[in-house]
Amino acid sequence: MNLITKITGATALFLIFTTVKVGAQAGKPFIHDPSTIMLCDGKYYTFGTFGGGLISEDGWTWNSGGVRPGGGAAPDVVKIGDRYLIAYGATGGGLGGGHNGRILTMWNKTLDPTSPDFKYSEAVVVASSDGTEDNDAIDPGLLLDPTSGRLWLSYGTYFGFIRLVELDPKTGKRVKGNKPINIAIDCEATDLMYQDGWYYLLGTHGTCCDGPNSTYNIVVGRSRKITGPYLDNMGRDMLKGGGKMVLAGGKKLIGPGHFGRIVLGEGVQKMSCHYEADLDRGARSVLGIRPLLWKNGWPVAGAIFKEGTYQITSERRGYALELAVDFVRMPGGMRFVRNNDEPVKTVPPQELADVISTWPNGDIGVRIGDYLSRPHQKWTITAVPDAGGYFGSPYYKITIAGTDRVLAATAEAEVITVPAFTGAPEQLWRIDQLTDGTYRIMPKVVPNSSEQLALVAAGDSTPTLAKFDMRSDNSKWTFNVD
Amino acid sequence: MKKKLLLLTALYFSALGNAQSQNRLTSNPAKVAPGQPAAQSGKAADKAGRDTTASLAPYFTQATALTNTPDAEGFIRRWLLLEPINKPNRSNTVFTDSYLRDTFTTTYFPNQFTTIPKNGDKVKVDSQELTWHALESSNFNVKLFRFASGLKKNTYGVLFWAVTIVNSPREVKNVRMAAGSNSGSMWWLNGREAVLLSGDRRMVMDDCVSPRLTINKGKNIIRGAVINGPGMSDFCIRFIDEKGMPVKDLTISYK
Repeated sequence: MNLITKITGATALFLIFTTVKVGAQAGKPFIHDPSTIMLCDGKYYTFGTFGGGLISEDGWTWNSGGVRPGGGAAPDVVKIGDRYLIAYGATGGGLGGGHNGRILTMWNKTLDPTSPDFKYSEAVVVASSDGTEDNDAIDPGLLLDPTSGRLWLSYGTYFGFIRLVELDPKTGKRVKGNKPINIAIDCEATDLMYQDGWYYLLGTHGTCCDGPNSTYNIVVGRSRKITGPYLDNMGRDMLKGGGKMVLAGGKKLIGPGHFGRIVLGEGVQKMSCHYEADLDRGARSVLGIRPLLWKNGWPVAGAIFKEGTYQITSERRGYALELAVDFVRMPGGMRFVRNNDEPVKTVPPQELADVISTWPNGDIGVRIGDYLSRPHQKWTITAVPDAGGYFGSPYYKITIAGTDRVLAATAEAEVITVPAFTGAPEQLWRIDQLTDGTYRIMPKVVPNSSEQLALVAAGDSTPTLAKFDMRSDNSKWTFNVD
Repeated sequence: MKKKLLLLTALYFSALGNAQSQNRLTSNPAKVAPGQPAAQSGKAADKAGRDTTASLAPYFTQATALTNTPDAEGFIRRWLLLEPINKPNRSNTVFTDSYLRDTFTTTYFPNQFTTIPKNGDKVKVDSQELTWHALESSNFNVKLFRFASGLKKNTYGVLFWAVTIVNSPREVKNVRMAAGSNSGSMWWLNGREAVLLSGDRRMVMDDCVSPRLTINKGKNIIRGAVINGPGMSDFCIRFIDEKGMPVKDLTISYK
């Protein structure tokens, strides 16, 4: 075992990182060991190792400015009533000289350091390890059990067990007499969440803190009881090293760890993490935000939306979004019961140049129709730089492929296309992957309206803008390549 | 078996010419939709292929003075239907938006876009003298093919006009007219275009819906036109609210 593989949890950060203070960063700000992202008075907050934290007004562009005293590593946050409870590890998981760790908690009424209510309570120790036992008390994860109102803390690293203790949700202190329960081994940066009758224990496996060579990955097990046993999809106990993959490393975003969940509404969940290395950002550690999907009762990270040209298919019937233009037939008709000796030739598909002269020049309506991979049905989706964003993503423009014609919301809460993109907010679109893997598509604004509306199929063949309903396929879309 | 079916299908297409409409498979008068009466099956046909024994029953009943409301799902079943205008089209592939918009805004008879006809009123369209019929559909969908065949009129290459009056006890905002038709159609509410259904289209409930509309307190006029080449023409109309639920607090009349 080389030195790197011995480096555990947030410990290495004492050596590697300094407190990051940078200007506005879009999408993937520098951070390590981010806490669960919290929404407080309309702004998003996350805290990392060494104190401080990031603030974002839209969930896409982040600034430094968050304040978390106490230093230490790998904090987590939970909102209880109208207060926020912050937990953090005072130590570093081994490199500080041993495994005698301490987890502390403290309260604040707000996370906004400019608020007159911003004041941290005195931090109190809620869990510790003596340096010799099979546990190192770092990397806290908090869960307020929605079924019971009880407050739980998981903590630990590769040095022994992940443990669970109960805290008092009124005081943030350890429940008197509570004994730690071992719930996993060989992971760190744990977090807990509850969904549909199951408790889920998220853990980070692999090697931390080795830049692009980090093998960090996020796995999960689940239990009907908060106290475990947490089993993976193969029935293996996380106390025996089990865990089902939630998010592994990718080509440029390497070493995801430190899971956190944020629920943005029915059917819209996101997970936060850090990537140990972002090859597009100097292989430094950055914040990651991904859709969180649920498949057969298991959480799995969704994909970061990839720009490209797609058919946009309604889940209502399976028809695709299209321009409301005259259908232009391809040459030829019925091609069966003919001479089989006829030479077989490739027939080119219809191209934009074949049809665009038949389209009006001004605004053109939008409908939903049988998909034939025709030019009036192909949409190119590209991020719009400097247009801001929403939680975890930039805004996109949705353009008929090969043209400047873009999808836009109208003041009547309908959708049309306009001949060219102007950057107007009704031409900017938010695309969220839903927990079932389909997508919600929303305009940034509906002109003359404060309502947040989504692209919805009002009929099989008619799109409109209306309130999103996760229980209805009218509200869901998929992006397919052909 | 599959091969045989394909061959038969191909021969069927060949016999009808070189059109591509899927409607041809559904236009066979001998074919009976599941759940529908088999009354027309195997009947005699005249030289034009019309079923000489067909009648409006069981697809329609004559008008009554009884109060009529949308059915349990909100479909409007009481209509004034004009006998089909001859509009020959061997295939429905011509039913583009532009074609239909031109066709449906062409004047075929006087006061076409304003009249509230009475049962038995007659209009002249070129050499055709056509009669309005006040009927009530036995089904959620108004089976225009059966309307035409029951009156011994052409069933293919035809253009139908339909009118009905919707009475509302209150103003209802943000509703949509939801239409399905075989094949193309256009619908107006109180003289304003509500929804166009273009293409070689099959009848599907809630296929195309209008933008948000307002049903006035009192009388509202729905007017529609349905065109078909070869195929089993029909339509269904209802109003739905913002949640897609039917609007049923209405009465339907002929005047």
